Amino acid sequence: MSTFLGMPARPPRSPYGTGNLRGDEPFPRAAHQELGNAQLRRNLGRATTTIRAKRLNATGELPDWEALREAGSAIKTDALNRLPELLEQLERKVTEHGGTVHWARDGAEANEIVTRLVRATGSGEVIKVKSMATQEIGLNEHLEAAGITPYETDLAELIVQLAHDRPSHILVPAIHRNRDEIRQIFLDRIPGVDPELDNVPAHLAAAARAYLREKFMTAKVAVSGANFGVAETGTLAVVESEGNGRMCLTLPETLITVMGIEKVLPRYRDLEVFLQLLPRSSTGERMNPYTSLWTGVTPGDGPQDFHLVLLDNGRTAALADTVGRAALNCIRCSACLNVCPVYERTGGHAYGSTYPGPIGAVLTPQLAGMDAAADDPNSSLPYASSLCGACFDACPVKIDIPSLLVELRHQHTEQTGTTAEKLAMKAAAAVMKRPTLYAGAQKAAGLGRALAGRDGTISRLPPPFGGWSDSRDTAAPPRQTFRAWYASAEGRATLRAAADEHDRGPDEHTPDQGEGGMRRRDGEHAPGQGEGGTE
Amino acid sequence: MRIGLFATCLGDTLFPDAVRATAVLLARLGHEVVFPPGQTCCGQMHINTGYQREPVPLVRDFAEQFGDASIEAVVMPSGSCAGSVRHQHATVADRYGDAALRAGVATVAAKTYELSELLVDVLGVGAYFPHRVTYHPTCHSLRMLRVGDRPLRLLRAVDSIDLVELPGADSCCGFGGTFALKNAGTSTAMLHDKLAGIATTGAEVCTAGDSSCLMHIGGGLSRIRSGTRTLHLARILAATRATPDALTEATAV
Repeated sequence: MSTFLGMPARPPRSPYGTGNLRGDEPFPRAAHQELGNAQLRRNLGRATTTIRAKRLNATGELPDWEALREAGSAIKTDALNRLPELLEQLERKVTEHGGTVHWARDGAEANEIVTRLVRATGSGEVIKVKSMATQEIGLNEHLEAAGITPYETDLAELIVQLAHDRPSHILVPAIHRNRDEIRQIFLDRIPGVDPELDNVPAHLAAAARAYLREKFMTAKVAVSGANFGVAETGTLAVVESEGNGRMCLTLPETLITVMGIEKVLPRYRDLEVFLQLLPRSSTGERMNPYTSLWTGVTPGDGPQDFHLVLLDNGRTAALADTVGRAALNCIRCSACLNVCPVYERTGGHAYGSTYPGPIGAVLTPQLAGMDAAADDPNSSLPYASSLCGACFDACPVKIDIPSLLVELRHQHTEQTGTTAEKLAMKAAAAVMKRPTLYAGAQKAAGLGRALAGRDGTISRLPPPFGGWSDSRDTAAPPRQTFRAWYASAEGRATLRAAADEHDRGPDEHTPDQGEGGMRRRDGEHAPGQGEGGTE
Repeated sequence: MRIGLFATCLGDTLFPDAVRATAVLLARLGHEVVFPPGQTCCGQMHINTGYQREPVPLVRDFAEQFGDASIEAVVMPSGSCAGSVRHQHATVADRYGDAALRAGVATVAAKTYELSELLVDVLGVGAYFPHRVTYHPTCHSLRMLRVGDRPLRLLRAVDSIDLVELPGADSCCGFGGTFALKNAGTSTAMLHDKLAGIATTGAEVCTAGDSSCLMHIGGGLSRIRSGTRTLHLARILAATRATPDALTEATAV
């Protein structure tokens, strides 16, 4: 294909081999390891069950929850539809209030910008308040390579960092660890920690607090993420539970915020909607304990040097995808993770990305692409779902994740060359569109009876069905298909007899038939138009 | 009422008893059941595995087979196939179809029902089934179609049934079509939790509105030599004192 002037170019994805948007192996293989970890499954099962119940309580008590979801979805969609305009407005407002705005096309550029800014302060260390964007681009690794030490200040992030581990949940990055493991990590890695430290959560928190307090008091530079950026006023927002964010955002001299460009909201009053949606969906709380808002620089109060790094890293590419752009509505609440039966059993590491779970399976390939030719692990993510739909019901901004997964599967198969699966699908479609061929194939399938044991079940199947028969028996195919029965004398006689049964007399089992017409279908909620929330 | 019966490829080929029960039930309720012989598969397997071009002829055939205005309702004993017809056919038609196909798909989708929807919303039914039964609400019935408690309302109305609640009922059994092959390990983990839930009910029968999910759950129950069998909802609803369902049959789905 030739390229010529004026032809639209596809916006860049997050470059291959940078950041943390791609695992080392495909999902089924990575999941296999995690599934074998009984401790992990217990920890996850307990944590997600608890948080699911809490969320349902917190959302159920709001009479206008569905209207809030609708509003959240509408505001995000509007913001994404006029993203360039809003981002420029945000830049103008931040600049007017004494901040500096930087634009980063991808993670590498963002890392360079932040490193340069930290170097300019002369500081050799930074404190960080939990930021998924910097995790996504691998900022910590980059800073360390540049001789700058980053300190995570969110308790769970700290645990993950000290253990040289990776986060496994959007909201609770150390969800896969229990308190015994955490105690050991602290004993091994926190300098000067009390060797008698036990596993009582309050004591563990106190140990982390003592360690972090010293960092807060001495650090000159902080790096933060942002939950929202308001274009109208240039205000940035971080919501959190521990107060570590407030420390990072107020104590240092320099504050550098890295924000994905999809986080922009048009108006200040839009926060009203999201500050209700986010905490109730993520932690199951009515309100998060700490909400920090700041606008540029306030002389004599807080950091006197403020930088905002606006990160693309594949977001424009996602935006350019007419279907995939819906994934950018995500506000990182993690409700979809907590209700997902796949996440509940495999944990976050199996996804290989900063963004695990259902939304990660959509967002990651959107941001970083799926290189079908290179057997890219990301191309296994859209298939890491049984399409049960629990995520769609839970999503506070109504992202139809199952439909997006199906769409990404389609994009993936469109990219791939000829595969055995594609040939099989084509062959199946060719047979299915001709009823006579189809009936023949059904007969052939009936030969599967030969595989069955004396009890009428098949317990071992040939590839590619081995994964099925490892844990499931299959009933032998019946001797007669439905269509053969329907066409047979016996079928006709049976249906005739059933009809006669009805004709014979008042059927007490046929209540409420109305005037023979059909009643309206009520309570229907199609994806994309439903009101959700049946859990 | 003249009702078009879609057997579904899985029902027609592997679980004809469930489709037979559906046909008998509707006939007994005084309706004319028609089976357009050109029907095969709704194409859901293709669509959910990532193929939307290949099933175009299937979508077209479906719209043609059931498009006849004399067919007042289309019914199928499967929530996931009904979900595909109602929601996914439009996606495929929008992408690869012409205006006629888009219109045809919309017409058929509007009169398509999963069995319990047809029975509760349109017809009404009764049956006799003196057994301990637990109900698994399949994901697509629950969340794609929003059938809600209709199947439970039907089951509660069955004479002599002992209906017991299934713990963790609304969590997925792990089938998901080719998901069970592509992610066999994860699917198995989900299945085992479902089987554990069923075990606590002490039910003789686990029922659902989808043969595919029951194939999955039933396969697992069989492998662990559980005493619980699986039976499609249609078969319980079609059972009467005169024609009880034979629980002792080899293929109990």
